[in-house]
This record gives sequence, structure tokens and C-alpha cells, in this order.
Amino acid sequence: MKKIEVKAAMSGVFYRKPAPDQPPYVEVGDVVKKKQVLALLETMKVFQKIKAPFEGKVSEILAEDSITVKDAEVLFVIESN
Amino acid sequence: MFSKILVANRGEIALRIIRTCKEMGVESVAVYSEADANSLHLGIADEKICIGPAPSAKSYLDIDCIIKAAKEAKCDAVHPGYGYLAENEAFALRCEQEGLVFIGPSPENLRLAGDKITAIKIMKEAGVPVIPSGPSGVESVEDAAILCEEIGYPVMIKASGGGGGRGIRICANEKAMKEEFPVARMEATATCGNPELYIEKCIVEPRHIEFQILADKYGNIIHLGERECTIQRRFQKLIEESPSPVLSEELRQRMGEAAIAAAKAVNYVNAGTIEFLVDRNFDFYFMEINSRIQVEHPVTEMVTGVDLVKEQIRLAAGEKLAYSYEDVKLPIHSIECRINAENPEMNFLPSPGVVETYRTPGGFGVRTDTHLYQGYDIPLYYDSLICKLISFARTRGGAIKIMKRALDEFTIDPIKTTIPLFQKVMDDEHFKSGRFDTSYIEKFVRNKDDDDD
Repeated sequence: MKKIEVKAAMSGVFYRKPAPDQPPYVEVGDVVKKKQVLALLETMKVFQKIKAPFEGKVSEILAEDSITVKDAEVLFVIESN
Repeated sequence: MFSKILVANRGEIALRIIRTCKEMGVESVAVYSEADANSLHLGIADEKICIGPAPSAKSYLDIDCIIKAAKEAKCDAVHPGYGYLAENEAFALRCEQEGLVFIGPSPENLRLAGDKITAIKIMKEAGVPVIPSGPSGVESVEDAAILCEEIGYPVMIKASGGGGGRGIRICANEKAMKEEFPVARMEATATCGNPELYIEKCIVEPRHIEFQILADKYGNIIHLGERECTIQRRFQKLIEESPSPVLSEELRQRMGEAAIAAAKAVNYVNAGTIEFLVDRNFDFYFMEINSRIQVEHPVTEMVTGVDLVKEQIRLAAGEKLAYSYEDVKLPIHSIECRINAENPEMNFLPSPGVVETYRTPGGFGVRTDTHLYQGYDIPLYYDSLICKLISFARTRGGAIKIMKRALDEFTIDPIKTTIPLFQKVMDDEHFKSGRFDTSYIEKFVRNKDDDDD
């Protein structure tokens, strides 16, 4: 089994939900497909999708919703077989 | 005249407005979010007030906070700049209620500028050309053929129910239209569950040309010539210039008159812009009214010598317009490049962060409107526009050479900016010849969406 960290590609505001009144894209324990959207990152009014690098299980979510994250900050840990 | 103006904005435009206040002998109050505590304009304004945390919704867009700051500082007017609350009718009304003068158009003007369908109807009635289109719900190919003949080919068939550009069919002639019509109906049903179609004239090789308007409270309306804003990416303007390289004196006069008629039709006051689309046959069509000072206003200032922010303040204070375009126009050409903190090599991804090395261009024919300085940390919360680089000369060729030279001198390290893109454009033969349309910038950028993979 391998564990991979998903990092922020640049600094920005981290959003776990597509909209404030909607549920998060993913929760700890969810199985995600490769390129599935995990969260959004807003930098200078541009929204980028944070995607799963491969299929696996979300084992950790390290950043809280709506907070500012730094470049290369670890956001998710994904486990795969 | 006002005694104290609150500037409800940030970045280069806040600095721009405060500078004019200084020159006019009017006190200025800067507002800022917690993320903007190191902004350049805070040191230049007479007073500064923190209005909230970094997110715009809790600071620059928070009407209550801004009104409270204006009252506390005993301001008598508010300048909204561009973006944020500049075109917000509720904000303009609230200012009025609180006894503050909103430096801009009337709330009615703002409402109408935001209601494009009504605005187009009013323009049509006022005799301002609009993009010819038929009514919604064209039922048969026969009806469509009659309509298209009236509108003139090429036409666009669109779904009335919308669909974000999906299902739009461009037809060069009647034969193509007859082929496409039934397919468009099927597509419209499939995408939005509504088979209704409408037909609009297709503007071939469009150019975006707008006219600067000034209007006082006594019915005097003038224009200050045009700005060529054709060079855009995803509807965001990148390069603007005045005059346009393609407008004849005769066409400029006709478009100027149409712009004044458009402003009159809505009883416009203060500074505004009438946007037109111009096709390859130089037919022009009203698009919309921008009811604010625009980002690209400096090119008009350079070719007229008129300080547009000063005029906004004067007009809002009830002063009169006592000159015309003919009185102020200069034999000058001016170009503006929008330096954005974006990487043109990487799909224009934003590039915030600390400016470690900053060297600005200078010399004859160069103006920089910017809030940057060495050591400034460009916040990640706001727009990527970091500098407007403006050149001016007696000829267009001269203005291009000065712009190229100024771009070459400019260092903003290690921030990725649009400077390398503009360096290529200034050397490009099509740009130099003035032959371009709204798709121009595509040839310089690898159009790759990160969503595709």
C-alpha cells in the first residue's frame, strides 16, 4: 500500500465544497477515482480544481474549508493498493 | 466642491483617485482590508480605515462597513473606482440616503446598464444601431428564411433557452441555414428541453470599440473619442489604444454621435462608456453601457489631456461641462498594456507573492499606473492586475516602439506576468498593421484548459 500527499499547486483559499450550502466533495474514508475533484483552490479570483492523482481512499484531510493555504502545503493524503 | 472623499477601492485605481484628490485640494480617506495593510495608497491618503478581513465580500463589497467608514470620517462623497461596488445600484441608493454623493452615474443609470435587454430596447427606439435579431420562437424553416433575408447573412441560430454557447449554429447563406435549422431545433431540445430558436446577425471578425462619455447634470453630453479594445482573452481586455487604428474620421463622427444619443436616451450623468461591436464592413452595433470609470481610461486621458477622475468628481459636485471633443483632442496615439500577475506560458495561471526585484520603465512617452513597489507582497485574494503600462507618442508606430522599449525595461521578479506576451505582440506584423479581431490573442497562447485532462 502506498500513501500519497496531494499538495496545493500554489497559495490560495481552499474550498472543500462546490458552494457554501452544498456537501463537501469528499470526506475521510471515501474512495476516489483518478482525476476526481477533491476540492477547489481560489487564487486571485481564479478557481482551480484539486484532483486525485490516482484511484484510492482519502485517509486524511489536512486543511479546513475556506482557509488560506500556502504553496506546496499538504491538503490530502490518499492511500492506494 | 467636496471637502473629503472616501475611496471605496484598492490597488492602482485607489492610488489613481487619491492622487487626483490631492491635486484638487480635496481630502481623501482610504479604506483597506487586513490583507492590504501594506498598500501604497494608504500612505498617500489623508486618512485610512480598516474595513474588514481579506475576503472582498467582508471588506470591499460590504456596503455597511464602507458607509460606516465614510460617516465616521465625515466624508461628503464616495468614489467607488471600478469593480466592487462601482455599478451597484443598492450602494448608490444607500449613499444617497446617507447624504453622501456617489461619484458616478445615477442609480437609475446603474440599473439600466445592468439590464441589458431593456437597454437594447431603449437603444433601438433611440435609433442607435443594435445587433439585428428576430423574435424568439421561430417555428419553421420558411419563417426563418424570411427573417434571415431581413437580417442579412451570415446569421447565428441560437437556442432561446440558452445553453452557454451550446447549439449555436453559424450559417453563411440560405442553403446552410436550411440544413442547420432542424439540427439546431433538435440540439436545443436536447440541451435545454426547449426547441425554441432565435436568429441573430453573426458579426464577422468583430472588433470591440468603445466611446468615452462625459455628461453633466444639465443635459450636456460629450464624447472623448474611442478606445480600441479588441485584444482580449476570454472577454478580459489585455491591450487598449486610442485612437483606433481602423476608424475613419467619418466613422468616428457617426459612432460618436451614436454614443451621445445612447447616453441621452438613458439620461446618463457623469463618466461612462458606450461599447460597440464593429464588423469587417465597419457596420457598428451597440453592445452595452459601462457605468463606471474604466480600467483603460488612461489612453483617453493621454490623447485629450483630460483627467477623467477629476471630471468625475467635478461633475458629481454639480459643475458644468464647457468643452467638446474638438476642443481637447490631441494629435497623440496612446496604448495601454495590462500587466497581470499571470503566467501566459501556463494558461494564465495566477502568480501572487513577494516582488523581490522591481524596476519600472520611464522616459519620454511612458506612464505607469500601479500600486507595486519593491518588497510588496501581491495578495492572493484580489484581481491579478498589477500595473497599467501606458505609452504615448505622436504616431501609433511611435507609441508601439515606446511600449516595446518600456516592456523590455520592466522587471517584476520573480512574479510571472503578461509582459513577455506583450513583447511578442509589439513585434507582431498584424498588430503593427492594425489588422486584428477579438480572436487575435489566441495565436500567442497555447489554449489548453486544465479541465480537459
